[in-house]
Amino acid sequence: MPTTLSRAADGTSRRRRGPRTWLAALPLLAFTGLCFGIPLGAIAFGAVTRTDPATGATQLTGEHLARSLQGPYLGSLLGSVQLSALTALIGSVLGVLIAQAVVTSRSGALRSAALTASGVLANFGGVPLAFAFIATVGISGVVTQLADLTSLGWSLYSFTGLAVVYLYFLIPLMVLVIAPALEGLRPQWREAAQNSGATGWQFWRHVGLPVLAPSLLGGFVLLFGTAFAAHATAAALVGGSVPLVTLKIADALSGNVLTGQENVALALGLDMILIAGLVMAVYLPLQRRSARWLR
Amino acid sequence: MLSSSARRGAAVLLSAAVLTTLSACGAAPDPKSGAAGDAKSKVQPGAAVSVADFGSMEALVAAAQKEGQLNVIALPPDWANYGEIIKAFEAKYKIKVNSENPDASSSDEIAAVKSRKGQKRAPDVMDLGIAFARSGAAENLFAPYKVTAWDKIPAGQKDADGRWYNDYGGYVSIGCDAAKIPACPQTFADLLKPEYKGKVALNGNPTKSGSAFGGVYAAALASKGSFADIQPGIDFFGQLKKSGNFIPVESTPATVEKGETPISIDWDYLNAGYAEQFKGKGVDWKVAVPADGVYAQFYSQAINKEAPNPAAARLWMEFLYSADGQNLWLKGHARPVLLPVMTQDGTVDKDAVTKLPQVQGTPAFPASEELDKAKATLAEKWDKALS
Repeated sequence: MPTTLSRAADGTSRRRRGPRTWLAALPLLAFTGLCFGIPLGAIAFGAVTRTDPATGATQLTGEHLARSLQGPYLGSLLGSVQLSALTALIGSVLGVLIAQAVVTSRSGALRSAALTASGVLANFGGVPLAFAFIATVGISGVVTQLADLTSLGWSLYSFTGLAVVYLYFLIPLMVLVIAPALEGLRPQWREAAQNSGATGWQFWRHVGLPVLAPSLLGGFVLLFGTAFAAHATAAALVGGSVPLVTLKIADALSGNVLTGQENVALALGLDMILIAGLVMAVYLPLQRRSARWLR
Repeated sequence: MLSSSARRGAAVLLSAAVLTTLSACGAAPDPKSGAAGDAKSKVQPGAAVSVADFGSMEALVAAAQKEGQLNVIALPPDWANYGEIIKAFEAKYKIKVNSENPDASSSDEIAAVKSRKGQKRAPDVMDLGIAFARSGAAENLFAPYKVTAWDKIPAGQKDADGRWYNDYGGYVSIGCDAAKIPACPQTFADLLKPEYKGKVALNGNPTKSGSAFGGVYAAALASKGSFADIQPGIDFFGQLKKSGNFIPVESTPATVEKGETPISIDWDYLNAGYAEQFKGKGVDWKVAVPADGVYAQFYSQAINKEAPNPAAARLWMEFLYSADGQNLWLKGHARPVLLPVMTQDGTVDKDAVTKLPQVQGTPAFPASEELDKAKATLAEKWDKALS
């Protein structure tokens, strides 16, 4: 069992705050400012200004943000949130169950195999993944033909199909991030609960889940963000027929059809950042509250 | 065209951010650009508006060879025979062609021109969708230049000042794998038949891909719509989706070969290219230009106003609009803009003409405002019709 974790938890020293800590954080702050701050500023600037192509004059306008929250653009934002929330929820639940099974199994080989496989699968995405699915369960895919999936109403090129493809990399991602937290649940706690006459359900209800809650939520947030930002897989699979915000940004930013939509794309990008920020805002306070149990 | 980016992380957010930073950083002008003019020519290459400004064709070639290279962007080798065109240009004039990002889109080209103003790696010449040629000219990004064959280009296919002119085009066509489909559809009306369930695809999303947009426009013409009214075309695909005939997967050479898109609406030159490419690989690709929805579209050439290799850029244009260049496009099953003239004066490659898909009727082109309106309607209504 994870003795290193237990030892770390024994230490009671509190973090010291002072000028020296700030100095150490300086490179990180500089990096964050440079690599996130400047692009974020550029996105925000582009989203609220308009440059006249003839004169080159720039003026403030709320037009792009307003357009990004209307009609098909709003539809694509809602579509993305729906798909991401659903796949992140299913992915979290299945990922936790698999990770718990792997962590509590006595086979070390199974454990390392499952974690390695998760590491690979969680990073397998984009167009190659889309083609792998097309070849297996697309309309003329091998499995579709053998099992006659079409007559069962299966279609890869739909909301459901896309959700299944996303789960392919979201579940392994959840296994990866939740396995260390599950290992941190010390067996002594369970033994103590049993000695006090608690049932299995009571242990999970009052000890296990509260301790795991921040990690679970953190995993959910990560899965949500991954699904929310995914682009290439969806572009290759469903084109424009499942409205997603990343596809809309690509249409506006680098298409052959619509001209002069770049600022709406930036406004959509800003909307995405705001949504991601909102999701994080729910997660951070909770995480701080009970993270200490797993240190 | 296809575009791809990483799935994970905030890839799309980042690319949007990087693009903006690039355009912010790359705006510093290079004072040396264009200053090194050829002493023998009458004007500097960057200001030349025709061969006459160089003195002669030989002088143009000499000036271009002095530059020694040409930057091109968004020219896929398997699109309208661009691979061979680039090789032929390099061999004929001993000028190196730097081909950047072959799968880029028109807006990527415009972004590259804007963000690399004054830099050596800026694209010299562009092959653009017509809307981007017009908007780029309005933003004053292109250099006016009239090629030797200027007068032969029909008036409706060029900018009066020579900032852009059409190069090659094609018709919306229906490609079909006769090895898998017993009776290939010949018209848009045919596509609605139940026998084509789960078989009809477009080359991309029409709000992004020019050929898919052309497909919707052609479907509108086939369903009592007009250039001013694309709605019937959107309704047509809505109906196709409802019946289950339409599959939203983007057709590419890979999906065609795999049989995932057995019927694909695309430019006739791309579909005709697939027919050759996949001959003998179990794919019997037949191309039909639907008689009920005849829609043709041309792309346009333009020279970057601040081209780092201005003479080579002008030589490239002269090459493209020579009989050699036009016939090379024709060999790629595209219809070059000078095809009618060349058919009359006999310089056309007759073999290549016989290989073009047959077309009934004559093409008409939408006016600029009609095109803009159609695009706005499409951007507004497409999602709803398809979901």
